[in-house]
Amino acid sequence: MSLVWTLMILFFGGVAAWIGSLFHDRAPRSIALVSVVASILPLALDLVSAAPDPEASRWLVSMNAQWIPSLGVQFSLGLDGLSLLLVVLTAFLGVIAVAAAWDEIVERAGFFYFNLLWTLAGVVGVFTAIDLFLFFFFWEVMLIPMYFIIAIWGHENKRYAATKFFLFTQASGMLLLLALLVLVYFFRVQHGYLSFAYEDLLLVRMNPAIEMWVMLGFFIGFATKLPSVPLHTWLPDAHSQAPTAGSVLLAGVLLKTGAYGLIRFTLPLFPNASAAFTPVALALAVLSILYCAKVALAQSDLKRLIAYTSVSHMGFVLLGVYAWNLLGLQGAVMTMLAHGLSAAALFSLAGGLQRRLHTRDIGSMGGFWQPAPRMAIVALFFSVAALGMPGLGNFIGEFLSLLGAFSVSVSATVLAALGMIFASVYSLWVMQAVFQGGYANASGPASGAALPDLGRRELAVYGLMMLGLIAMGFFPNAFLDVSEAALERLLDLSRLSPLGGIE
Amino acid sequence: MASASGFSAIDTGLSLDSLLLLLPHELVAMTSVIAMLVIAIGRNHFRTALVTFSGLALASLCAGLQLAEALELGMSSQLTPLFLVDSFSVTAVLLICLSSLALALMGYAYLFELDEAKDEYQLMLLLATLGALTLASAAHFATVLIGLEMLSMALYGMIAYTLHGSTQGASNLEAAVKYLVLSAVASATLLFGAALVFAETGTLTIAALDAGSDSLLFQIGLIMVLIGLGFKLSLVPLHLWTPDVYQGAPLPAAATLATIGKAAVAAFLMRLASGAMLMEIDAVWGLLALVAVASIVAGNLLALRQPNLKRLLAYSSIAHMGYFLVAILASEGGADLDVALLYLLVYCVLSLGAFACVTLASSSERESSDFNDFSGLFWRSPWLAFALSVMFLGLAGIPLTAGFIAKFQLFFQAATASEWGLLAAVIVGSSIGLYYYLRLIFQMLMLPESVEPEPGSDARVGLRDLGVESLASLVVLGILTLIVLWSGVYPEPLLSFVEAVAQAL
Repeated sequence: MSLVWTLMILFFGGVAAWIGSLFHDRAPRSIALVSVVASILPLALDLVSAAPDPEASRWLVSMNAQWIPSLGVQFSLGLDGLSLLLVVLTAFLGVIAVAAAWDEIVERAGFFYFNLLWTLAGVVGVFTAIDLFLFFFFWEVMLIPMYFIIAIWGHENKRYAATKFFLFTQASGMLLLLALLVLVYFFRVQHGYLSFAYEDLLLVRMNPAIEMWVMLGFFIGFATKLPSVPLHTWLPDAHSQAPTAGSVLLAGVLLKTGAYGLIRFTLPLFPNASAAFTPVALALAVLSILYCAKVALAQSDLKRLIAYTSVSHMGFVLLGVYAWNLLGLQGAVMTMLAHGLSAAALFSLAGGLQRRLHTRDIGSMGGFWQPAPRMAIVALFFSVAALGMPGLGNFIGEFLSLLGAFSVSVSATVLAALGMIFASVYSLWVMQAVFQGGYANASGPASGAALPDLGRRELAVYGLMMLGLIAMGFFPNAFLDVSEAALERLLDLSRLSPLGGIE
Repeated sequence: MASASGFSAIDTGLSLDSLLLLLPHELVAMTSVIAMLVIAIGRNHFRTALVTFSGLALASLCAGLQLAEALELGMSSQLTPLFLVDSFSVTAVLLICLSSLALALMGYAYLFELDEAKDEYQLMLLLATLGALTLASAAHFATVLIGLEMLSMALYGMIAYTLHGSTQGASNLEAAVKYLVLSAVASATLLFGAALVFAETGTLTIAALDAGSDSLLFQIGLIMVLIGLGFKLSLVPLHLWTPDVYQGAPLPAAATLATIGKAAVAAFLMRLASGAMLMEIDAVWGLLALVAVASIVAGNLLALRQPNLKRLLAYSSIAHMGYFLVAILASEGGADLDVALLYLLVYCVLSLGAFACVTLASSSERESSDFNDFSGLFWRSPWLAFALSVMFLGLAGIPLTAGFIAKFQLFFQAATASEWGLLAAVIVGSSIGLYYYLRLIFQMLMLPESVEPEPGSDARVGLRDLGVESLASLVVLGILTLIVLWSGVYPEPLLSFVEAVAQAL
């Protein structure tokens, strides 16, 4: 039940924020903050009080109710270690997103926070749904509010960006739906009744050709969201046009739903096709890492640059997932968490700069260390985190991904490791371009503009994210232990497949 | 000719019981007579609308009661060779009556400020409804023709309805003449087809048609009948009239055309598919598949850059009729029509809702059908914009709306029947469709400061200055929105209802 409460608090918190805007301009943001924090409480209470034994059942917390019996659809939610980490990340970044929007969103704040909370609710639903119809339902539900966030509060080219975002995700979502329906059809043929339940669909057997097609439907659906080259082109547009809070959500949580889908569904449901597809997936991962790192170097728009680096980092996730061993998966999960924090922080910084300077053009920035030293230090921290400095979460994640991939494909690992060099190049280049050099020499619209440094509230938010990254870097086991049992089970599923799994 | 052959086979006796079965039809017919008398006594817009409303409400109530009974008892009554009353036909009757009820209210508000004669609109709506009801419960080609003609005749008048104001002029007359000529050709084709079928099989009863399915003449006849129906459903390549007529017609008339005009013909097509084993004939199936794919692709592509909302709805209806046809084609030879029925119900509710929104934003003096009229509607009139968004998201098949459930079922049925080509068309069409449905939503989301007043359009659309006459339309729109959202979140009742009805078909 606690999962339902979490969803309810987010859904109704959104409605309350909207209604609250009728009474006071400042009410929505407080309501949103309280809702996001409160949403995680029932779950925490449940986990603490019940102290579930991870060995006993697959799910730490789960619930099940009838929804549409004539389609075999159930309202069933389940939370294991993997979902737990991602739900906590979602709630954490929810707070960060509210903080990012705190001063930035003044116009129509009620509707903004409504959309923000509904996106969060959709994401939490995606991470916990174990009925695939319900999963797809949440998958779509999180897109519509996100579309509104970009379309209403976005920047100059929002119409193009919002439409592109929606079309990419919807069209790939339709492929996902189609593949899901074929899967369910096979289940009905083999077992005589309709069901969308995850555990049921794991039992479906298909001949290799069909399995490959259905797997591709799932893969494309998730790889568009991840995103992986060549389906990534919506992301730079969406990011550069979205308001800061929207970027935080997009980079921090929405991209992770794609990776989660691959781990939870694509590989366990189609072990044989995935094994056959692994070389292609690894190649795409390497391509994403290298190509997007290279493209990032050529950007003059700060947010676009960070967006491309996101795609590059997501390549490590794809690499770790398709290594399909415990190391690789742990690496992928760690990268998801760490990238969630570092990308959210970098987008917040870029948003903060844009709000102060009214431009995202790197060419017109420079020498900001002088007027804004605190901001510079924070930016340096997160840039260094993103480039994979040992001692921070990103390093652990990318290192484990590479380690996992090494046992599968040496050449892919070697090439992917080059990406870490690129990461250093673009991170340091950005630092140099934005914060170093002469402040007075900077040209363009930003020159001479007063540049207020980070305020106390901003510092607190960034400090929180820094702590998270340091904790991941120094105590990775605290995170790895949570997801280990869940990932082991997922690996077992494909090993148990009678036709042979991936090894 | 028709009667001589058909009537001899079955008992022609009309008892009181059988008259009761046609009570909704009789009520609507009586209402139209009463409405005419009321108009003859004295013109009064409100009084005519009240008579119409009461009659349709009574007919809906009867149909509802009949439906409850039919579902319980599994009733199926052949009423003379002309009519068949079973739970499917009663469902169609109920749908048409309720839609027509909404249309009467919309028309009342729309025509409120017109200083010309406005009572005849309701009269013609009643006649169109009667035609649609006849068509929906037809079991014989003679009934089909009578129903179709009654529906079309009334629609000619509604499309050409005399209006003033900036939007009207020669365009609605042009639309009416276009519809008149093409509709007459379609009826003639249907009649000729029916004659060929009769020549080959010796019967005009729908249920007895599967006898001579391998003869060429029979197939040609059937195809001609389908051409006649395809025109009414505006399937490609018989769709050319649709955008012009939608654009030229007054909004309530276009809504009538889009909802009860299509629903009645679609219901008959389903009857034909299940009764006459239409889909068993390979030539017919192949042709319909081609038509369905062409409708989906052409409808969506033509709507893509359409700046006029009425034309957009016309193109979108072409695409939706293509989807509907796919549901019939993938129904195991007409055996499993529950998805087609679901799609039809959802389509009717959604287009009724979309038209209700646009009608609320318009009056007979000024129609808001341009995209620019809706710029920033979200901030001026949030509830109207919300309702219109729900309808458009529903038409696009986005979750949380009934449109998603319908599209989901359609996908599933096509996948189950392994119709991959048709399924691909549906997917491509729906993906394209998203773009133009979103365009309108985006237009409504534009911030007021970025909206520059167009030189031509003075007043901006909104709900703020609506009079009492629109209250009923608002209620109707509210109910429609709730239905769409509720069946999107909890579709179980709708799904089991549709399944129960389709089983009886």
